[in-house]
Amino acid sequence: MVGLVATRCDRHACREFARVRNSMALVAISVLLTCAPLANAAADDALDARLKHLETELRCLVCQNQTLAESNAPLAEDLRREVRELATAGKSDEDIRAYLVARYGDFVLYNPPVKPVTYALWFGPFLLLAAGVVVWVALLRRRSRASREASTLGDGDSVPAGALSRARVLLEDDRTL
Amino acid sequence: MAATKVLRWSLPLAIFAVVLAFLFVGLFRDPREVPSPLIGKPAPDFSLARLHQPEARLTNQDMRGQVWLLNVWASWCVSCRVEHPLLLDLAKANLVPVIGLAYKDKPTDGLAWLTSNGDPYKMSIVDLDGRVGIDFGVYGVPETFVIDKSGVIRYKQIGPLTEDALKQTILPLVRELQRS
Repeated sequence: MVGLVATRCDRHACREFARVRNSMALVAISVLLTCAPLANAAADDALDARLKHLETELRCLVCQNQTLAESNAPLAEDLRREVRELATAGKSDEDIRAYLVARYGDFVLYNPPVKPVTYALWFGPFLLLAAGVVVWVALLRRRSRASREASTLGDGDSVPAGALSRARVLLEDDRTL
Repeated sequence: MAATKVLRWSLPLAIFAVVLAFLFVGLFRDPREVPSPLIGKPAPDFSLARLHQPEARLTNQDMRGQVWLLNVWASWCVSCRVEHPLLLDLAKANLVPVIGLAYKDKPTDGLAWLTSNGDPYKMSIVDLDGRVGIDFGVYGVPETFVIDKSGVIRYKQIGPLTEDALKQTILPLVRELQRS
């Protein structure tokens, strides 16, 4: 069953054509830049930068460990096209994120929202850290108390019951040798 | 004193057991199955050209009042061939209408594929640029949606249909929705 699901189509598209694509994009951009009026180019650059940033926060659903910005899967291309169209239509980054979350769920966000289902995710590590610190401090305290007791044990001091019986056992062992 | 002694071995053991349980459950979960936020929500509006009669269109309003399945497929999709016999059986049993959505597929390729493999669909529609697919949260093919009489998505099968999924989940759900 899992095997069948894993053979879902679209995955072959994860191959890296980034270098080729980037050089082609570079050519396309330089052509655009020389043709388009300068003011327009500046606006486009701002939009490109904004989209680039936004797309690095979004997950490609096909190649799940890649962002929308780096993935070459056909779905990622389609989603980049949608994102660009929404942005040119005047939608804010928040609107665009909401658009994708409505269709694909929180999974598309690399930065999951803080809400009851994600509390364990957000606060769990800090809780574990705090628990670790508590255990560590308790251990340190016990160890320092034990060493203090051991070093201050004089002739007149009472010996802990456990230590006496352990000493007796050791002595008896010696006798049997 | 006795309590701390018991804690000393039982606490690490309990933590280990919890971690083990999480990892064990994780073994059987597929990270590629992303739960859809659309379940329980109205299916997105669409109006798409039909595969066999491109001049005619189908909208989601046309399907109001009946329970139906939307099967997203493509002629370039290899794993769609896996589920295809099940869809043909389902069509023969005539239990529920299945609408085929040809996802990012050339209509000529889709038509040829259906001619050679058999056509299980009551009707086929074409999503040439994948926009309706995005609205449905499709991120791979095949996917199958169960949609109720009022147009609400009730279930989504990610990946090929299986006999188990059909018999144990989809068909009982369809029957229940048809009764209501």
